[in-house]
Amino acid sequence: MANMAQAIRMALHYGEEKFNVTDIFGEDVGPPLGGVFTVTQGLKNTWNSPLDERGIIGAAMGLAFAGSHPVAEIQFCDYIYNTIDLLKLAGNQCWASNGDWPVPMTVMTPVGSGIRGSIYHSHSFDATMTHIPGWKIVMPSNPYDAYGLMLACLKDQNPTMFLKPKALLRVKGGEQIPGEPDLTPEGERELKEMIDMPVDPEKRAKWKPRFPRGLSDPGFELGKGNIVRPGEHVTVVSYGRTLPICVQAADQLLQEGVSAEVIDLRTLWPYDWQMISDSIRKTGRAVFVNEDTEVTNFGEHLIRRTVEEHFYDLEARPKLIAGAFTPGVGLADSLEMASVPQLSGITDGIREVAQERA
Amino acid sequence: MKQTSKERARKPARVPIKVSPQISAKLAKRFAPVKMVSPAQMTSVKFRLEPKVLVKIHDQMIRARLLEERLIRMYKQSDGYFWIGGPGEEAFNIPLGMQIKKGKGVNFDFMHLHYRSTAIMLALGMNPADAMRQMKNTSTDPFSGGRNFANHYSKREWNVIPVTSTIETQYQTAIGTGIAQRRNGGDSITIVNGGDAGTAEGDFASCLIWASRPGFELPILIIVTNNQWGISTPASTQHGEAHVADRGKAFNIKTATIDGNDVETSWFAIREAMEYVRKERKPFLLEARVSRLYGHSSATGASYIKEESDNLTIFENKLEAAGVMTRKGMDELREKYTAELLETSQQVRQEPQPDPSTIYDFTYFGQKGRYW
Repeated sequence: MANMAQAIRMALHYGEEKFNVTDIFGEDVGPPLGGVFTVTQGLKNTWNSPLDERGIIGAAMGLAFAGSHPVAEIQFCDYIYNTIDLLKLAGNQCWASNGDWPVPMTVMTPVGSGIRGSIYHSHSFDATMTHIPGWKIVMPSNPYDAYGLMLACLKDQNPTMFLKPKALLRVKGGEQIPGEPDLTPEGERELKEMIDMPVDPEKRAKWKPRFPRGLSDPGFELGKGNIVRPGEHVTVVSYGRTLPICVQAADQLLQEGVSAEVIDLRTLWPYDWQMISDSIRKTGRAVFVNEDTEVTNFGEHLIRRTVEEHFYDLEARPKLIAGAFTPGVGLADSLEMASVPQLSGITDGIREVAQERA
Repeated sequence: MKQTSKERARKPARVPIKVSPQISAKLAKRFAPVKMVSPAQMTSVKFRLEPKVLVKIHDQMIRARLLEERLIRMYKQSDGYFWIGGPGEEAFNIPLGMQIKKGKGVNFDFMHLHYRSTAIMLALGMNPADAMRQMKNTSTDPFSGGRNFANHYSKREWNVIPVTSTIETQYQTAIGTGIAQRRNGGDSITIVNGGDAGTAEGDFASCLIWASRPGFELPILIIVTNNQWGISTPASTQHGEAHVADRGKAFNIKTATIDGNDVETSWFAIREAMEYVRKERKPFLLEARVSRLYGHSSATGASYIKEESDNLTIFENKLEAAGVMTRKGMDELREKYTAELLETSQQVRQEPQPDPSTIYDFTYFGQKGRYW
């Protein structure tokens, strides 16, 4: 019953062992901290970088050019914005060299709200990132997917962006990662003892991680979504933090007789249009949910494509449920809740689209 | 006296700047051009390099200069949309290119170059036709398939990272290949070059910091070719440091500032710096004072600026005075390469433009066609 932080840690360990991942680095990524969200604790190839986001991305690109597959972390996506031109470069070097240079690297960064992180620890990055071609962009909604998507990123020959929904990093999974201990309270404790660094400084000094020996690769393919709730009346497309809320909403609405099909996109780019398209053709109704700001939101692109390709299949106006277009997410509980989609708003939105008269 | 339009066109692009007499004197000392001396005035010229090496360097320098001039002509004849390049840097860049350990992968030198590096590429063995293909943005352009500007080279087989128009980001990517080579050991190094104006970007500071982390120093030869200009802005109005290379001293990086218009000064400074980086596995910051003979790019006219020191003329005068080459021989060489390059450009002009259906190709490695 690994949480998402543990799942990513196990994936990175697997990458070190099987995919020759020789560099996992960023600010406070290496010992003694192992990442501000503990994601990189106990890994053998982690190291701390200068406090220099541009240097981190540039170093990752150089390592990729040299034939490695580095994993670089930007501590919070709020601090990735000064690297935009380097992200653009990483995404265009293969294209600019007419296919000569691959850039196999993975950048991971925590995104979104959920920890009362105020103006500079609550940003989303999917709207901005999906504007940068040449990258493959993933955002898991559960530990199992986080594990599988990270391995898929580590195997890819292109720059990959792994967006970590920080609100879900401590949420436990319901699906067993191949090789992790049993999904029981005992198994959960065992895993914690194996790979979580103790908080006590004395124990921490002596601690050595023991990663599960039977870890294996579930073989995720980038670009493939997942139907987490099959349904008939309305299609709901989401990812990351808002995905489990959409599932909750769908379960509630089922009691009202509304059958929502919930798609976890998992890969934002290139995305599984076939899955979305098939679902919309079936339901004739579509809702897109994420928490990035609503203007030039990635969901807007999906709506544009929905309208262009499914105009005559639609029985209701498609809807975007997204974060408020404000300069930041305010610290107070009331402000954060009002800034990003919550269960009630998502439930109401899905119901509205499902019940709109054709 | 009123100038004609032709006279105005010939006038150098430089704009005199008003500074106090004290500062002016200091700047004059810092940025004084190399004094031009004719062969007849040279009483004794002695080279340290072997004549055959000097002849080879000259051969490459003249080819590089003529190639750049051919590229400019192509631009002016509408056989390209934009020219940018490095005439004026040959005396430094040819000796650099000739001393690079060329090959693919971490056991060879990595190059993170900027857009004034034609001479380096020629010294490495580039076919001049390929530079023209990029200027003409043909589908046969081996560096970008008609996608990028002239002088934006890229060649994985030789560890030449794609040249980008983003000033100074090459100093960031150099960090990564430096890390890989530090781990790999051996004697291969990372070489990064850029201009003086770009050192104002934080990326230059990043390179100094990452290359000099205590106990984790990187084998990077950090080069700044200082032509004292950023498009139309004189360095003296933006930079207070006496030499760009001085910035390395704060990081305990070994540094040197040299006259990059002199072939032998460049050759031996590069050799010394390279030997240090290869052996000590630590960075070296080398600043070479060079000329910008045709301005920033086609955007500033791309006309010869006679007030700048011409390293090729300086070198040819020395070669003649030392009896290594004759004026006649050098003139014949110039004529031969001029004719060859003209013929090549005429051939390149016939080559096809890229197929518009290829616009999505290689967004991802190995991928072709629209992928979404």
